[in-house]
Amino acid sequence: MSFLAFANDPALRASRRAFLGKSGFVLSGAAVALLAGRDALAAKAGTSAEADVRILNTALGAELEAVAAYQVGAESGLLAKPALDLAVTFQGHHREHADVLAKTIARLGGRAVSAKAKYTFPVETLKSQADVLRFAAMLEKGAVSAYLGAVPVFGDRDLAKAAASILGDEAMHWAILRQAVGEAPVPSAFVA
Amino acid sequence: MARAALALAAVALAAIGAGAAAAQETANGEAIYSRCAACHALAYDRTGPRHCGLIGRRAGSLPGFDYSEAMKRSRLTWDAKTLDRFLADPMKAVPGTSMGYAGVKDSKERADLIAWLREAGSAASAECRNRPGR
Repeated sequence: MSFLAFANDPALRASRRAFLGKSGFVLSGAAVALLAGRDALAAKAGTSAEADVRILNTALGAELEAVAAYQVGAESGLLAKPALDLAVTFQGHHREHADVLAKTIARLGGRAVSAKAKYTFPVETLKSQADVLRFAAMLEKGAVSAYLGAVPVFGDRDLAKAAASILGDEAMHWAILRQAVGEAPVPSAFVA
Repeated sequence: MARAALALAAVALAAIGAGAAAAQETANGEAIYSRCAACHALAYDRTGPRHCGLIGRRAGSLPGFDYSEAMKRSRLTWDAKTLDRFLADPMKAVPGTSMGYAGVKDSKERADLIAWLREAGSAASAECRNRPGR
């Protein structure tokens, strides 16, 4: 089951309301598992749902920041086509990640974090297109590592699988950005 | 005389070796820190708090940063020992932390990362001296 399936399943919405009304957020995680057809997991979901929401919210915060970072890059005047198109496309992916993460958090009975009113970026160090692309590549590499570190700690393995799907997308961003600045797009056989 | 010169040379070589090892340690640490770049920076707060001044800081104490209640209540002060334990398994070391991350499982990698944080995150480092809003 993907994040999209979690986020858009109307049956889950009704189940969530019913469960939340009685037992709060923990049972809503169990409802998710039941809807995924994994009764065993649902039976022991308990505390892991709360932890899953925390992980999702941290990921959401980073995705919202990535959207803002690409906005800074796009508006910097330093990016020319086709690099500008790349940045806007990748920003769109991060926005999609953020949207579905927020919906998933809500479906699990949690409260999704919002974008900050202001982000700090090292704009004084960004003086060329290559600077912007390298900065973006650094963020994408970090995102790959962050999702890699999140996948094994999700209580719900379907959420882990969905996080791995986002990890794959971020890894593609990282590789393409490296290629764009003349670096080996895939520097090693493994990521860490 | 010759023996003294040899001893001096040995001490000098050992010092050079130790310096090279330390440099390698911090270089490794910087590479490992790049894994943190989705959420952290040295000089400014992001999804995670900044790391300038980390060593010696009480966990959850940076003004203006929205820490988890678990981190604020952890009563940890960041030093090599507490960082090593936290980085090995953040969610086990501080249950309820926002850092949903499996951890840095290799003890040598953790040691290198902590060595780098100690150096790059010190108040004397260029990045921390020039951090925004300072």
